[in-house]
Amino acid sequence: MIRRTVRFLDQRSGAAPLLRKTLRYAFPDHWSFLLGEVALYAFVVLVATGVYLTFFFEPSTATDTYQGSYAPLHGVEASRAYISVLHISFDVKAGLLIRQTHHWAADVFIAAIVLHLIRVFFTGAYRKPRELTYVIGVLMLFAALLEGYLGYSLVDDLLSGMGLAIGYGVGLSIPFVGANLMVAIFGHPFPGAPEFWSRMYIAHILLLPLLIGGLLSAHLALVASRHHTQFPRKRVPGERKLIGLPAFPAQAPRSLGLLFAVAAALVLLGGLVQINPIWLWGPYHVSQGTNGAQPDWYLGWLIGALRLVPHFDVVVWNRTLIPNPFWGGILFPTVVMGALLAWPWVERRATGDRRFHNVLQRPRDAPVRTAIGAGFLSWVVMIFLAGASDRMLVWLGISYMSQVWFYRVAVWILPFVIGFVAWRFCLALQRMPQGPPRTSDGGGHGAVRRPQSAK
Amino acid sequence: MKRERSELLVALLLAGAAACALMFVVVYALDWPHLTQYLGLCLGLALALLAAALILAGEKLFPAEVEEVVEDYPVTEHPAEQDEVDQLLAESGGRFTRKRLLIGAAGAAGAALGAALVVPAASFGPILDTKSFYYSPWRRDRRLVDESGKPLRAEEIEEGTFYTAYPEDAYRDELAAPLVVVRLDPGELEMPAGRKGWTPEGIVAYSKICTHAGCAIALYRDPKFPAAEPGRALVCPCHYSTFDPARGAEVTFGPAGRPLPQLPLLVDSEGDLRAAGQFSGPVGPAFWGVRTRRPSA
Repeated sequence: MIRRTVRFLDQRSGAAPLLRKTLRYAFPDHWSFLLGEVALYAFVVLVATGVYLTFFFEPSTATDTYQGSYAPLHGVEASRAYISVLHISFDVKAGLLIRQTHHWAADVFIAAIVLHLIRVFFTGAYRKPRELTYVIGVLMLFAALLEGYLGYSLVDDLLSGMGLAIGYGVGLSIPFVGANLMVAIFGHPFPGAPEFWSRMYIAHILLLPLLIGGLLSAHLALVASRHHTQFPRKRVPGERKLIGLPAFPAQAPRSLGLLFAVAAALVLLGGLVQINPIWLWGPYHVSQGTNGAQPDWYLGWLIGALRLVPHFDVVVWNRTLIPNPFWGGILFPTVVMGALLAWPWVERRATGDRRFHNVLQRPRDAPVRTAIGAGFLSWVVMIFLAGASDRMLVWLGISYMSQVWFYRVAVWILPFVIGFVAWRFCLALQRMPQGPPRTSDGGGHGAVRRPQSAK
Repeated sequence: MKRERSELLVALLLAGAAACALMFVVVYALDWPHLTQYLGLCLGLALALLAAALILAGEKLFPAEVEEVVEDYPVTEHPAEQDEVDQLLAESGGRFTRKRLLIGAAGAAGAALGAALVVPAASFGPILDTKSFYYSPWRRDRRLVDESGKPLRAEEIEEGTFYTAYPEDAYRDELAAPLVVVRLDPGELEMPAGRKGWTPEGIVAYSKICTHAGCAIALYRDPKFPAAEPGRALVCPCHYSTFDPARGAEVTFGPAGRPLPQLPLLVDSEGDLRAAGQFSGPVGPAFWGVRTRRPSA
């Protein structure tokens, strides 16, 4: 039966050699290689749940009176967008499960991408010949951030409106063209023309998913054509040989298992752990705000940056040139993205290393990179934490202003300290008594172990 | 573990997954209370059991000992093909006798066509007309009303709290509409020059929209005792820009780059609050050149 199917396909597509190669494709075995896969599967869940939500969501700012089954909001005037999400949450059977799963999946998707990026950075996986794979991955991360932001902005609840106002304020701050750009996108000064909702909607459900899907395909195609990197292995010294578990029968069932495990975790979260209960926030109006407003986690670093900048606009002859949100909302993420994109070439320039690399380095084997990475990461993480300082005030009672002043100074000092400590740590690890075997198949400190199943 | 036992376990896991998935259908059909939780539990467990079955099958059932395979990495490059591509492309260009003319013509066609295709993007908004950023529904004698449309009376404005006011008979969901109104001790006021008479009885009104990033000023700090932190303030909950209502909403902390625009007030003969003119400056988040104009109707 299988034989006949394969022959049928091969005669009509000539795919048998490709199929054979695919089944024997070798996957180096290390847990950290699964992070990218988790992101991929979260994306699958996002598309599946997202398509379902489009069947019920109305991207309209036309107002209506709520009369659904959530009694506390009866008689409240709100946009049809907000009312349709209430409808999904309370009156569409399984609607709330799908909506919450979608929201959790977005948070997990971006978390997995970030962890994957951290793994790729600290092991030097981005080095030649994989710079393009890396660049595409970084672009995907930023596309995903925008996609997530648009997703929760579409709902038109109080928090999403506050988020949009901030996005608008940040956009306005772009020197020279900010106002023109914002009136182009919003169609009218904030809160914008009704068309703005159509624009956000098509961007969220078509344009950005297409972009992410396209980047994802290119990312995977490049991974497949250059093959995976691997940690150093004694059995195959050098850069020319790859050792790993074959796609079939070893990797495929595991990977499929991971798909279902990710989906299971997201559905359980969606069913059991409440996220973004928009009926508690109420509909958005320009004149309303709420204390303790926090965005989804992945925008926390931008909120932190916006909050830390001291109060000034750049003003020349009583003309505002650069409004304040530019520094935290535009310049900061641009610097982070630019640094990430430029890094492979910066490192090549600095080290003069133009060789091909298929074997990964452990963080300690590249102390300077690890130091720079740790410093840079701690810089972004600290700014992220600054975004939570109002919560820290509530939970721990530490004065908000003291926290902000601490971060304003610390973000320029601590990253250097952390980078230095990381550097010393790497050197110390290299000098460990047993000596970290540079290539090892087991034993010794920090050795890369072979998978049990392969023994 | 013996192979038979592994097989049995995988079969049990698959059966469990089937049972949970069936349960999902039943729960959906019966419309139980706490539907979301039960549905999530059923579907989540079904998927989790399926995942466990697959992973266990992969580890134990497929060829008992999966051997690692050793492969060559793909060749790093193909110099012969590179040369061929280079030649093919270079040759085709080499046949033109008037290369520059053709390049110029093609460039012109490309640029013009590109421009033609991009121009419709201008329909996206009156991108060159930013006058609407200076629009304000406020004008002299327009009454301040509360959320239900009731006029705000001067005598009802108390110290120690803040009020949100809207322009009477005007659209509310735009940046220049909402105000924050507070009553302060007239003796404490230190208003900027040129705003004499803007604060009848010590009642002050500012735009409710933060000049930093456009959120609504939703917090009013009014310490009852000498506080460790500076005293009375209007605060935006988004990035905690902090404005001193007694001193023209000057920024005392947080990121906002300019004060909240102030609206001059008057109390009419019936005791209602009315606007006595236009905002002191443009409303909302800043943009390039924003300080040059005052809002208008």
